[in-house]
This record gives sequence, structure tokens and C-alpha cells, in this order.
Amino acid sequence: MNNGTFQGATLPLLQVKHVSVDYRADNGTVHALTDVTLTLERGQILGLAGESGSGKSTLGYAITRLLKPPAEITGGEVLYFPRASRQGGGAPTNGAMPAPQSVDVLKLSQGQLRALRWKELAIVFQSAMNALNPVINIGAQIIDVLRTHQPNLARRQRHARAIELLRLVGIAPDRLHSYPHELSGGMRQRAIIAIALALAPEVIIMDEPTTALDVVVQREILMELIALRKDLAFSVIFITHDLSLLLELADKVAIMYAGRVVELATRDELKQHPRHPYSYGMLNSFPQIHGERRRMTGIPGSPPDLRNIPLGCSFHPRCPMAFAPCASVVPLLRPATVQSDGQQVACHLYDPRHTAAEPPTQAELAARYETAYARALGERIAE
Amino acid sequence: MSVEPLSGAAASRGGAPATLPAAAPVLEALHLRKYFPVRQFRLRGPSPVVHAVEDTSLALVPGRALALVGESGSGKTTVARMLARLYAPTSGSILFQGTPSRGGRRASLLAYRRHVQLIFQDPFASLSPVHDVHYHLARPLRLHGHARSRREETAQILGLLEKVNLIPADQFITKYPHQLSGGQRQRVAIARALAVRPEVLLADEPVSMLDVSIRLDVLNLLLALKDEERLAVLFITHDIASARYFAEDTLVMYAGQTVEGGPSDEVIQRPQHPYTQLLVSAAPDPARPADTPFQARGEIPSLITPPSGCRFHPRCPHAMPICRERFPGRTDLGGGRWTHCFLYGEGETATLTTARPGHTPSATTPLTPH
Repeated sequence: MNNGTFQGATLPLLQVKHVSVDYRADNGTVHALTDVTLTLERGQILGLAGESGSGKSTLGYAITRLLKPPAEITGGEVLYFPRASRQGGGAPTNGAMPAPQSVDVLKLSQGQLRALRWKELAIVFQSAMNALNPVINIGAQIIDVLRTHQPNLARRQRHARAIELLRLVGIAPDRLHSYPHELSGGMRQRAIIAIALALAPEVIIMDEPTTALDVVVQREILMELIALRKDLAFSVIFITHDLSLLLELADKVAIMYAGRVVELATRDELKQHPRHPYSYGMLNSFPQIHGERRRMTGIPGSPPDLRNIPLGCSFHPRCPMAFAPCASVVPLLRPATVQSDGQQVACHLYDPRHTAAEPPTQAELAARYETAYARALGERIAE
Repeated sequence: MSVEPLSGAAASRGGAPATLPAAAPVLEALHLRKYFPVRQFRLRGPSPVVHAVEDTSLALVPGRALALVGESGSGKTTVARMLARLYAPTSGSILFQGTPSRGGRRASLLAYRRHVQLIFQDPFASLSPVHDVHYHLARPLRLHGHARSRREETAQILGLLEKVNLIPADQFITKYPHQLSGGQRQRVAIARALAVRPEVLLADEPVSMLDVSIRLDVLNLLLALKDEERLAVLFITHDIASARYFAEDTLVMYAGQTVEGGPSDEVIQRPQHPYTQLLVSAAPDPARPADTPFQARGEIPSLITPPSGCRFHPRCPHAMPICRERFPGRTDLGGGRWTHCFLYGEGETATLTTARPGHTPSATTPLTPH
């Protein structure tokens, strides 16, 4: 792993290291996140993909420290690297040193956190209806942010900035005094994005930002987002269950399962050769609008109960490729191939310590899923 | 039951749907229209209505699936509910095996539901939390007189659970909804629909509430059942890719109007109506180059005061003056495809398919040359 080393081109902006989160409940502790390590680079769109209960939203909330009890961060650190030129409020920057100095978001005091949030780190939630205050017009809600975080701005400047922000996300300035109920779902989501952009943050975490929207509106907002990122140079952590969306949008994708990252790859790597059997299964769960119409199998079984995660690889009960070590040894992220360390996978199939065999090809993965599927149907008939 | 049906499903999916012999439709909707009154105080003028569905006709054929695709507010769920006779159509008729089915007494509804069943989107809401699986499946069996004794009932329930892959069935029969996952609940809902041995299955977004990896499993189950039981399926979805995967034919709706229809692959690969083109270009597609421009204007209109004529005209890049005046008739494009769009003609065929003149707005307004 190349964590902690800086190469000129790819400066990390946010490093998540060995973060674990538990939800404490009466009937057992839910291990929502286990030992997650990720790096977000400057200007990057990092996609977090997974099913419900995979821990993708919990990770987003952990990074922004928005988790509330019974959730508890049990370990790890989230390092944020402020831009050297930027005089961040709570983030101790060192203007003289060229190498960026990091702050651990998980160790910040409430005051420091307040300064970090919004200015450096903004979050966009799934449901815009709930995130906006229904009794205050959207202009006032944008201005409210500006007043709190940039108190030296004059009233007229705040107003001008609010209009500028609305225009940025494609809302006509005359909607400044509209209330949330007067806006369509897509417009509300745009307003939320405008609020997130208000202080020009470095990182925007988007938790299923378009899931509740219709496809046409979803595409409009995504195109808007891509254009804005180009202009304003922020980084995005995009959380979604829709892997096909990330394959169009994200630079890098982390596939999560039962609280762990099981594969980390660029969009193209994932498109061409998903390595983890779960990633393959996920990709094979989305019918395509083009190409040959073939039967797809999905993934047999259902995600595990996080109170009672299977031993070893948590995916092994559903995995068509599972072999002996999968039930006992937890696989860790490691380079998928010898040649490159770009694509990382947490699977024993790619670990020479566990298997002497060649890693499976795409065709082998497909065939195994087919047989597993046929066997499941066979059992159905036999019963 | 044998293993064949699913491989049979795979085979039929590979074949060209257009070459299949046209079986007689089991359920037909002719010129359905639905207006919902809006409770709103008005001093003068007629009280406002939501124009939810306009002049929609469709036919469901045994062993085939028809996908109804559209965004929220397109009227697709309203169509399904009219077909299930949960809503009475404002006008138009529903023919079951050629005979008109009219709203009416409880007994006639019960008889109708013996043939036509509905599966809802949310399996968390469609099962009662205080009853177990046995109860949910026993009720339709009792109501429709399929089971006479308790033993017969239990045997049939076990059979149904096996049919929907809830195995071992004798363990699932005593479970309550909260003990089941979303996918399992949806399977119980499917089993409940199958309990009455229907000819028609109306599936309203049956997988969109489920986890991604489980969706295909349920879709494949429905596909297998469609073949095994020769069900006519109406598959309602907002996801054009799963429409292509699931259904032989696709019907696209926009703001209450049907705009295009035909074999799914044709409609989705070569969309003709500007709205279908917009919908396809908006769908996630990893094969599309990242910098493909996307142009959409406007938003879905209000259905209380919908745009005149073709309701897509305010957003349509090809809109002509005539589009504002009236809704085009149905233009046959060949190969089972048709569209309602002036770009492809006036839609003369509309007069042929219209059973009664004066039924469609286009038939009452005089034709204006353009």
C-alpha cells in the first residue's frame, strides 16, 4: 500500500485509516464498519458502492463525525490535508512548509469541527425534502450558512453570493425566495448542492444524492456536478448503491460489503475486470440498455446480519468461488496483480499464500455464478 | 415442475419477439382515462382535476410481459390500479378474455381478482405485520375456494412457497414478516398473488425496493413463473434497462399519455419519440463515453393544468405549432412499433383503433394541415 507517501501528482486530501464503527444495541453490537482504509485525492470523485448495510453511509458519516450514539467510532483515524495556502479556521495549517500537514478529524474538538465542516467538508444527504427547512425560503437558508461561517461578509454581498450559488446549480435567481415545497424534487436537491458549495469546500460527501429522483433529473444533476467539479476543483465522495452510475461518474470506486472495502479500483479497471467475486456479482446485477440480452444471475443469498458477521471473508456463504481459507481467514486489501498496485482486492483467490492457482478469469467467474444459480434452482426442484 | 421452464425462458428471450405468433390477449384496456378530483375550494369554474391518465390502450398476452415505463407522475401506477380495478376508470373499458369487466358488486370483483392479481412495490407495507406467512397465503386460497380442508390448505401453501424459492418451505410457513428480508417478503407477496392461480399478474415496481444483488433473483423468478404458469405480466418500472431485461414489449408513458410502444429491444435501442430518446439518454450506461452531452429542458408538467396537445411539447426539441394544438394519433412504424408523434405523421391509424368516435381528443378536433 502506498499510504503515507506523497508523489508529486497525487496529493491525498483525505485519508481514512483503519476506521471501525460499531452500533451498540441491546441484542448485540452491530459492526457497521471494520478496518476501512481509503484515500481521496485532490480533484477526485471517489465512489462508495454497496448494498444496504454495507457501511457506505456510515463511512460518510464517520468522516464528517456526524455519527450519534449508539454509533461509536472504535478506532482508526481520518486525516485531512488542508491546502497550504488556505488559512483554515480550525485546521492548523503551516504556510511555510511545502508538504501538507494533516489533521485527524476524529480528534478535533467541537469548535474545530465546526470550522472544518462546510468550509472544508460538506455533506449532501439523500433526501432533500428532509434536509431543507420547510418554513424558511431557500435564499434565507443559503444566506444563513454564509452569515454563520463568513461573518465579515456584508448583507448585500451575502445576497449576491446566494444568487451566484443558485445560478451555479442551474436555479433561476428569482427562486431565491421560494420555499422548499414550491420547488420540485430536483430543484430541492440542487438547492442543497448550492448550500454545500456555499463556502467552496474541498470535499463534498454525497450520500445517494440522486436516488430519490427521476432518471432525467438525476442525469441533469450529475452532469451539473461534473461541470462544477471541473470549474471549482473540489473532490467528491459519492455514496450510492447504483454501481452503474459510478462506472460513468467516479474516478475510483470502493466496493463495500458487510462493513469492509472488498475492492478498490479505477472505473475502467472495474469495468474491464472486476476482481472480487462480489464486485463481479454486483456488476452482473444491473441489466444494460445496450449489448446482448443475456440472462443475469445476481448474487444468491442475502447480505449478512451485521451482529453476526460470518467468520473469515464475510462474503463466503454467498460466494460461488469460496474455498477452504475463506471460512477462517479474513482477507485484507492487497494488489490484485503483481504488475500494478492500483487495483486492490480483499480476496484469497488473488493471494499466492492461499492458492497456487491462477486468479479466476471473467469467464470463470461468470461460469461459477451460473452453476451456483442452477444449483440453487436444482435444490428448489428437488425439495 | 421441471428445470426446463427457466432454460425455456432463456431461449425465448434470445429469439426475436416479433416473430412469435400473436396469441389472443387475456386482458385488454381500451382508451382508459382517469381523472382524480382535487379537493380545492374554487369560487367559480369547474373544480380542478388531476389528468392522471389519458387514452391508454394496452393488451396483455399469456406468457408475455409488457413493461410500462415512465417517470414518477407518468400515470403508470394508475393504469395498473385501474387494471386491478382498485380505481374505476373515468372512461374507457377493460376487457377480460374479450368480455367487458365493469365495476360493481363485491362478488364480481372477487371473480375478477381470481384472474388478475397485483404485486405492490413495497413488501414492507403489503404484508400485515401481525400475521404469519401461513395466514397470508391461506386467505386467498380460502376466499377463492381452492382449498377445502386444512390439510389441503397447508399442502398448497408449501407448494406455493417452493414455487417462489422459499426453501425449506415448512420453516417459512410459520414466520412473520419482520423475520424475513425484503427479498423474502416480496417472494411471499408473489406467492400470495399466485395462490389464486391468476392469468394476469400486474407487478408495480416489484423489485425497486429490494437490494441490488437480490433484484435479479426476484426478476428471474417472475420470468420463470411467467413461462411456467403462462402468466400475462404487466411490469411497471422506471428503469428502462430492467424493462428490456424482463419484458418482450415496452410501452412508454409521459405525463399520463402513452407516447411509444413496441418490442422492448427496438424501443430502447432505437427510440423514436423524443421523450423516449430523452429517457434512454438519461439512463445509466457504463458503455457511454463520459463526455456525452446531455440536454434536457424543463420539468414534468403539472397534471392539474397539463400542457395542451402533446404534453411533452414544452420540453421537446422538435416541437412544432401543431404539437400544442392536439395530441397526435397513433402512427404505425412497422414491426409492431408505434408512436404518438407528429414527427412521424398525423397518426391516421388512430381512427382505426378508436372504437367509438369522439373518444379521443384528436378525433373530435378537426385535422389541420401543417
